[in-house]
Amino acid sequence: MEVHHPTTLSEAVAAVADGATPLAGGTDLMVEVNFGNARPENVVGLRRVSELKTWEGHRIGSGVTWRRIAADGPRALAQAARTVGSPQIRNAGTIGGNLATASPAGDGHPFIAAVDASIELISTAGARLVPWTEFFTGVKRTSMAPDELIGAVLLPEQLPERHEFGKVGVRNAMVIATVCAVVTRSEDRVTVALGSVAPTPMRARRAEEMMSSIANPTEADLAEFQRIVSEEVSPITDHRSTEQYRRHAAGVLARRLLERCLR
Amino acid sequence: MIVTFTLNGQEANVRVVTPASLLDVLRDQIGLRGSKSACEQGECGSCSVLLDGDVVCSCLVMAADVDGSKVATVEGMGSPDVLSGVQKAMHEAGAVQCGFCTPGIVVSATDLFRRNPDPTTDEIREALSGNICRCTGYGAIIRAFEGLAGAGL
Repeated sequence: MEVHHPTTLSEAVAAVADGATPLAGGTDLMVEVNFGNARPENVVGLRRVSELKTWEGHRIGSGVTWRRIAADGPRALAQAARTVGSPQIRNAGTIGGNLATASPAGDGHPFIAAVDASIELISTAGARLVPWTEFFTGVKRTSMAPDELIGAVLLPEQLPERHEFGKVGVRNAMVIATVCAVVTRSEDRVTVALGSVAPTPMRARRAEEMMSSIANPTEADLAEFQRIVSEEVSPITDHRSTEQYRRHAAGVLARRLLERCLR
Repeated sequence: MIVTFTLNGQEANVRVVTPASLLDVLRDQIGLRGSKSACEQGECGSCSVLLDGDVVCSCLVMAADVDGSKVATVEGMGSPDVLSGVQKAMHEAGAVQCGFCTPGIVVSATDLFRRNPDPTTDEIREALSGNICRCTGYGAIIRAFEGLAGAGL
């Protein structure tokens, strides 16, 4: 087995171009290894690449851990970070790994979708910026090329005034979302992004459109907003929940988060 | 490849030929069996160790990736003759039933008290949220650390 421990981004990218499997926090890859589903022979450990751990303003390096995001992230992203796994997982797991795995239940994804963040992909040919809408292509599938590495997440310079994250699960800690969501609100715009209710993170665009023009929503407006969100999601029934429950919970969660944004 | 790292303050060299976890290398190659192997997916916390000072699940750390790092396991915390503050608190509070989760709890609590010598009950619960006790002996475990809070290690 070959294992690279680069300290610079260019070395890391060269190893990936050479076919090495990127290893960030290991919280997804090692589960596959432990259960015999993966046996990478060529690995590039990214822990020592300081460029990937750099976090400057709206540019969050892919190697930034959930622990750091929980402490220093923008409100709703920090709220999401606090629900990722456990202290052990947050110390290891990174925002880049969360994106690369592209689980439909990724806790970091609703925020990225709600604020229209982009993902910077790096290869030996250079860097390209991919909007989140083009990054996620299916369940655990992304538009990353095999020779690309996630460099960073780029948030917009101006975040919405209010933004709130919420997650529904069977317990508080160590839980994979049944539904998770971020709702943002600025003067003239509401955005609603949801996870675990479609193959990729999604926006409830009809609900957004309906609510964006309402300055002071009434009880009836909120009920209608909730109903539209429930209608827009396309969840499945699996071992974690049912389609019907997820649909209901998505509407309730989005409404509650909107109410928090209105307070 | 040979992986060189600091294990409980001493240099360790191990030959790693597969993407094996640090947990497997600790238990099967080095013979330190305090860290337990249970879920192998980062859910139970029984394999918790400190990697460069941060608590992580050793089942999710690729052994080949610890080259140059510092690893502390439960074997490096206290001794049968001189228990650490965390161990003493658990012993006195009867915070052990079957004992399987205990090493992981010791590691997580050691990490907590190093960072925060006077944690609140909520902070204790949050710090232990990645350690599952299937005897459900959480009450005694939490009480042990409530007693230790502010007392100094």
